[in-house]
Amino acid sequence: MSAAEEVVAEGHEAVEAVPKRAMTLGTGTSLLVLAALLIVPVFVKNFIIFQMTMLLIYGLAVLALNILTGGSGQFSLGQSAFYAVGAYTSAVLMEHANINYALTIPISAAVCFAFGYLFGKPALRLSGVYLALATFALATAMPQLLKLNFLEHWTGGVQGLVVTKPDAPFGLPMSQDMWLYYFTLVVTVAIYIFSVNLLRSRSGRAFMAIRDNEIAASSMGVNVALYKTLAFGVSAGITGVAGSLGAIAVQFVAPDSYTITLAISLFLGMVVGGVGWLPGSFVGAAFIIFVPNMAESISKGLSGAVFGVLLFLVIYLVPHGARQAAILGQQLAGKLRKN
Amino acid sequence: MTAVRFQVATLWVAFALCTAMSSEVLAQKKYDSGASDTEIKIGNIMPYSGPASAYAAIGKAEEAYFNKINAEGGINGRKIKFISYDDAYSPPKTVEQARKLVESDGVLLIFGSLGTSTNSAIRKYMNEKKVPQLFVASGASKWNEPKQYPWTMGWQPSYQSEARIYAKYIMKERPQAKIGVLYQNDDFGKDYLKGLKDGLGAKASMIVLEEAYNTSEPAVDEHVVKLKASGADVFISITTPKFTAQGIKKAAEINWHPVQIISNVSTSVGGVIEPAGFEISQGILSASYTKDGSDPQWDADDGMKKFYNFLAQYDPKANKLDAGVAFGYAAAQTMVKVLQMCGNDLTRENVMKQAASLKDFAPDTLLPGIKINTAPDNFAPIEQLQMMRFKGRKWELFGDIISSELGQ
Repeated sequence: MSAAEEVVAEGHEAVEAVPKRAMTLGTGTSLLVLAALLIVPVFVKNFIIFQMTMLLIYGLAVLALNILTGGSGQFSLGQSAFYAVGAYTSAVLMEHANINYALTIPISAAVCFAFGYLFGKPALRLSGVYLALATFALATAMPQLLKLNFLEHWTGGVQGLVVTKPDAPFGLPMSQDMWLYYFTLVVTVAIYIFSVNLLRSRSGRAFMAIRDNEIAASSMGVNVALYKTLAFGVSAGITGVAGSLGAIAVQFVAPDSYTITLAISLFLGMVVGGVGWLPGSFVGAAFIIFVPNMAESISKGLSGAVFGVLLFLVIYLVPHGARQAAILGQQLAGKLRKN
Repeated sequence: MTAVRFQVATLWVAFALCTAMSSEVLAQKKYDSGASDTEIKIGNIMPYSGPASAYAAIGKAEEAYFNKINAEGGINGRKIKFISYDDAYSPPKTVEQARKLVESDGVLLIFGSLGTSTNSAIRKYMNEKKVPQLFVASGASKWNEPKQYPWTMGWQPSYQSEARIYAKYIMKERPQAKIGVLYQNDDFGKDYLKGLKDGLGAKASMIVLEEAYNTSEPAVDEHVVKLKASGADVFISITTPKFTAQGIKKAAEINWHPVQIISNVSTSVGGVIEPAGFEISQGILSASYTKDGSDPQWDADDGMKKFYNFLAQYDPKANKLDAGVAFGYAAAQTMVKVLQMCGNDLTRENVMKQAASLKDFAPDTLLPGIKINTAPDNFAPIEQLQMMRFKGRKWELFGDIISSELGQ
């Protein structure tokens, strides 16, 4: 076990095993979760389906951050900027160029990949908190940039853009919400499988080598600069896809939607879900979507404070987030089986 | 043209009256989701947290007002259930909360949701679902588009309305004026500027210079200098509080003394005038439509007495100096009025019909003489304001109530 992995997975023997198990769920559990995700929408209201869609979308965005931070060890508080670029790319292409929504998603991914890759170039010189600060600046600047005069013709300025929700194709008998949910689910599963395989591949090992020890990695022949920017690009690309799907699901884009609060929420989601544990991304997304609602039902005026207290509890009781909870659950199950 | 429109309006009123009477005669009870013999569910979305949480006072006042109505027996025997959610002023969250209200809580309508971009985000959804989005708390003029969005209605005077009133004032008092405009480069500033030009009509050439500033600029000083150089003798400052104060200060510094008009959003004495300086702010003009809770001239006013009593009994923690409280009270009063007019026909269609047939309704906390009027082709409830002038340490109202309608 390397020095830096210890930092990430401090004091957890279960994580010691193979990194694969540390990053994903077992095949059986994965299939069970997938089956649940496939079946549940048939039985619930459209509103719940919409919330589940948002869960997958934010889950994707957290997953992207997880690849960056958990994979290559770089921090970013600027994910909201990539999310905004993805959302606006889709919205502008759909509303001004009449391009099919499904086609706008790979375009967003490409645009955001390029944006992230280019941003990663200068950011290479920074590390740790300085990188976090640089990305923070990007997140703060983004809403302002979207309001720029010469872009207003396309972006709609402060007023934003209304996006048309797609109907189910081929006359399938399902609501717009349900169709969008399954569409999102397919994209999410594809990206999830891609991410898991990416982290298991040569590139993934290079990411983790950089995370664990940059000097050691470069002396082993890893092109540190290339892989760091690549991690940024991939992360931005996936966030862009999430942004596109988000714009279609919410049917509206405006600068106010993509403020620094979003970036912080995503960061929070990653920490709650467990840094470096991909399935945790979706647990983290559930936290940032549902916990504010719970906090609100406890106290309207103090919803922020209640949210803070809940967050404190999570950090103190399970500092490694959902990953730790999952491991504890597994150990418990193992003990029960032995008895 | 006006005559034709008037006739059409009369027909509509006649039609509305007929249907209202016939439904009373039949006295049949009709309900949509959210209404029953005992209850009316009203949804609301407010920024209780996040950057705009100062506006939460509006939601709290509204809730307190509905509690008062319930304590007094409700509306035609039905209690109001006010479900208010937090969106933290983030449009995606507004969509989620609106869908929760409509699809999960099954409200009859959404009332008084706050913010321009937040309401823009749900407007299409509400109109597709045919659920009333009533009395939107935002000054944008886009809530008055009954043809395209028949389920969305504003409440407060739009920025355009306010600007038209200044245009009327200038044309009347200073027909030879040269107007210099400083405006914020966003929807607020642009809406306003459009209203000003519409109000001036053929005389829009009175504007000698339009200067835009961005909120990212630290100060508006150089714009004020340019405006002075243009030779303008009327300075209209379409600015948010910080910039308004800077504008007033800079004009005095460079010894420029035009007639100054500032927008209603920046008339806070403590937040704008005091920092700029009382001395140099004498004679500044603006307009208002609500009674100011801090102004002793209303202490003897019947409406404000009711308002203060309400606060003492149902919302003792509210700050009566906060303009949001008087705003929420008046908006909730309008909502209750519409529901009373609906009688036993509590369908969403009838709610919109009644909301579009308010006649001369005057909530307690609006200035005397300001009345709410709507029609099927007019979804802008408040269109009147009164001019005011800063004197001593407070605003003094003067002149008549001015309507912002064009060509009157």
